[in-house]
Amino acid sequence: MRYSAYSIFKQALSGNRMWKPAWREPQPKPHYDVIIVGGGGHGLATAYYLAKEFGITNVAVLEKGYLGSGNVGRNTTIIRSNYLLEGNNPFYEFSLKLWEGLERDFNYNAMVSQRGMLNLFHSDGQRDAYARKGNGMRLHGVDAELLDREQVRRKAPYLNFDHARFPIMGALYQKRAGTVRHDAVAWGYGRGADARGVDLIQHCEVTGIRRENGLVVGVETTRGFIGCNKLALAAAGNTSTVGRMADLELPIESHVLQAFVSEGLKPVVDHVITYGAGHFYISQSDKGGLVFGAEIDFYSSYAQRGNLATVEHTMEEGVSLIPGLSRAKVLRSWGGVMDMSMDGSPIIDRTPIDNLYLNCGWCYGGFKATPASGFCFAHLIAKNETHHVSRFMRLDRFERGYTIDEAGRGPQPNLH
Amino acid sequence: MASLITCPHCGTRPKEEFSIRGAAAPKRPSPTAKDEAWHRYVYVRDNPKGRILEYWHHVAGCRRFLVVERDNLTHEVFGVTDAAELERAGADE
Repeated sequence: MRYSAYSIFKQALSGNRMWKPAWREPQPKPHYDVIIVGGGGHGLATAYYLAKEFGITNVAVLEKGYLGSGNVGRNTTIIRSNYLLEGNNPFYEFSLKLWEGLERDFNYNAMVSQRGMLNLFHSDGQRDAYARKGNGMRLHGVDAELLDREQVRRKAPYLNFDHARFPIMGALYQKRAGTVRHDAVAWGYGRGADARGVDLIQHCEVTGIRRENGLVVGVETTRGFIGCNKLALAAAGNTSTVGRMADLELPIESHVLQAFVSEGLKPVVDHVITYGAGHFYISQSDKGGLVFGAEIDFYSSYAQRGNLATVEHTMEEGVSLIPGLSRAKVLRSWGGVMDMSMDGSPIIDRTPIDNLYLNCGWCYGGFKATPASGFCFAHLIAKNETHHVSRFMRLDRFERGYTIDEAGRGPQPNLH
Repeated sequence: MASLITCPHCGTRPKEEFSIRGAAAPKRPSPTAKDEAWHRYVYVRDNPKGRILEYWHHVAGCRRFLVVERDNLTHEVFGVTDAAELERAGADE
């Protein structure tokens, strides 16, 4: 069924009893052309673009929980393309362009809201660094504006401009950045893939990867063996666990990142705001909750819950930036498991096994990348060739010395 | 919950006093080892689920590097040893 104003009107007349489920619940077939491991944002986007752009529809997405039960349903929903490096910027800009046309493309309301993003700076050195980043973005044809203190004040008067230690001097502003309703992204891609014949198989955990003569022939799952011609891993958070089944050596360490939402408030934060003196970021959801977060917990973790010391630190940063925040109550907090890579950038590449493809290492920036990640991964799987915007995101870049270290922090995963 | 770490030199201290360096399993190769060995040491991680060894630096205390044995699924801490002591014990074996 195609969603439209007409379909809503028609369904309303029949008491909303005729809506059909957005996707089927198929039994796994014995064999598929492509199996994608991981029914999160990236896995579902990959399935969608494989079917829509590359005409490959004999595809299964295997998900150990329910669709979108991992990080696509746990993030702070920010989209942006304010990256400096050659290996990153064109990729994230491609993603932002896909976001801009996404809802029309997959006929689903993902509530894409380009409300603008302010990256605040608090020192001369930081202003220079942000000016350089903005110039880099503009050289790639991406919108970026350097705002002074008064321009920022007009947009967000509630910020702590005269902070004794970290006064706000201005911001790098990307007008096209914003937020998206995260669950709807998984649902929209899932529905679009299902409608084109992709089998979305939930509660089906991969327990082994069967190989013969050096090639993958299928996967062992909690619902039996399923054969495939090509296997694609999009299991961020658990990449090492799945990768071990195929003896992959990976530059990944799993860490937990927490996020928070306040009680519903009247509209106050109109943009996405990041605090340059810490790692705090905040926006306001359409329900009114302030959605915010900060750093990872710094120790390796597979638990989807975090440490209270990080909770306290996040609140301190928030109140330091927005003093009025001390009056709001936190409604919920949660944690997600991140694939922290050794240079802070992801991997979309082939592996030493010819028909095994890898998509991982998204650190805690994977949500904004969902459309481009799915598109580029589908391109790689379908054509066996890297898409040109993801050509730097290779698995062997570490041993070749071509890391993409946007933050310039070296090979320590908990610092990216 | 790894909120409190019992430093062998300073006693039980809050997590915030420590800076976490990362996995303690990779062993530094000899300076003359091949690039492949260095690549593995610097970049490749087993990243197991469960009981792991991790370097924690007690920056706001004795400033010693410690090895914390911890479960990364339950966040339970099993033991904390001075890294140098562990190194010496390893050399004796």
